[in-house]
Amino acid sequence: MLDPYTESVLIFTGINIVLALGLYLPVSAGLLSLGQGGFMAIGAYTAAYLTTELQWPFVVALLCGGAMAGLVGLVVGLPSLRIKGVYLVIMTLGFGEIVRVFFLNFEPTGAASGLGGIPTNTTLPVVAIAVVLTLLVCFQIRGSRIGRAIEAVREDELAAEVIGINLTYVKVAVFGLGAAIAGIGGGLYAHYATFIDPAQFGFQRSAEIFIMVVLGGMGNFAGAALGAIVVTILPELLRLGNVQEWRMTVFGALLVAIMIVRPWGLLGVRR
Amino acid sequence: MSTDATPLLEARNLTRRFGGYAAVSAMNLRIERGTIHALIGPNGAGKTTMFNLITGVLPPSEGQILIDGVDVSGSRPDRIARRGVVRTFQGVRLFPTMTALENVEVGRFCRTRGGFLAALARIPGVATGTEAATRKRAEELLERVGLSKQRDMLAGELALADQRRLEIARALAADPKLLLLDEPVAGMNPVEVHEAGALFQALCREGTTILITEHHMSLVMAISDRITVMNYGRKIAEGSPDQVKRDPEVLTAYLGTEAAA
Repeated sequence: MLDPYTESVLIFTGINIVLALGLYLPVSAGLLSLGQGGFMAIGAYTAAYLTTELQWPFVVALLCGGAMAGLVGLVVGLPSLRIKGVYLVIMTLGFGEIVRVFFLNFEPTGAASGLGGIPTNTTLPVVAIAVVLTLLVCFQIRGSRIGRAIEAVREDELAAEVIGINLTYVKVAVFGLGAAIAGIGGGLYAHYATFIDPAQFGFQRSAEIFIMVVLGGMGNFAGAALGAIVVTILPELLRLGNVQEWRMTVFGALLVAIMIVRPWGLLGVRR
Repeated sequence: MSTDATPLLEARNLTRRFGGYAAVSAMNLRIERGTIHALIGPNGAGKTTMFNLITGVLPPSEGQILIDGVDVSGSRPDRIARRGVVRTFQGVRLFPTMTALENVEVGRFCRTRGGFLAALARIPGVATGTEAATRKRAEELLERVGLSKQRDMLAGELALADQRRLEIARALAADPKLLLLDEPVAGMNPVEVHEAGALFQALCREGTTILITEHHMSLVMAISDRITVMNYGRKIAEGSPDQVKRDPEVLTAYLGTEAAA
């Protein structure tokens, strides 16, 4: 058996892969989001409330968390039709903060004191299945009719539209699907952490997910997954040295170095 | 609705203003099936604005656009593409980091079906019937425009003339009834221009109606059935190439008053 430390690192790696793929989907259509922490929170709170307060089965609760985040994602995706690039980043950042503050004040899920006593349902096999299924979703979309349309929208919206691609459908759907996956990631996280409070899903979390995708390479789901692995495991590997207090500084410096050497990401395509 | 008497495309009193400036004003245009119709005029005459209005990229300020007798004014570009009006761009707008083949495959989007669920329900790694058909059609179209050898090259790496050909193949993939070509031979050498002209004529014979704007006059005169001349956003002449060539107003617009006198 794995020792608890290794197991916990692997579980976090798996959850982060799911979260990174949840951001990869909108990014593959050119929609940058710094609000994935918000979708994660919605999924985490929904799933945790269902299992803890209503004793729903874990898998059902997890999927409901994903569905809830996905529905909110559809609504948040609508403005992405008009708001582009860095402005969309700011809008999603604002959304993430709104969600955080909402849960900070929402009494049924414990408000500022958080929600505890969540059953530990997220085991390594559960995470592994979630990772495989999420990778499969990305793999299946890529190279399909809809996958090519998503790519086309990223490359040139106007050209995509005049050859008959419905921008509204593609953008909103891909944003919603990404949000749903982030929600499932949140549900997995809640059932491993066993205690959640709004601070865990703030800007820091959204930025971390964003870094994974950028680091791995934005045009490629394998890149996003690799980015998640690097961002999760690298700080842990740095524990091995005797520079504990400089660990995160070294980690930050390594990220900078990677982006200088490969600005298009570890597995990205050079443009 | 659509009989042979109904033109494929009709613009009625079409006007587009940007602030106080009318880029297109009170344009009437009828494009008959099975013709090559050219829209010419000096730079800034409003030709590209006409294209943007017809394809829904810009909504008209006034007037109507009818495709097969159906009013589509103000429709979204993708709806208009579904109705069979597809364009290319003056500056070439491909999907640069996708391969030539993928670019054409994307063009099949509005003639095929299948969303996210269809994508997820596939057997991983196996193309469905629709996908195989899409690929086959895309390969045929690449062959048609002479790009079979470049099928796996990234669109952004192709030579300019090849990019223009690819853009035409992508537009053809959407099975257009009316193909709008915005300066399709700009930057091509004489041989390439000749080949492109032959391609447009062949497409027309096979049933694709073409509306073309072009500054390459000998090409326009050689292939067009009908020519509409614009200047300052208005139609100043219309007719067969011979009629247009002799029209005094056209000569003035192109060459100035001295030459026309």
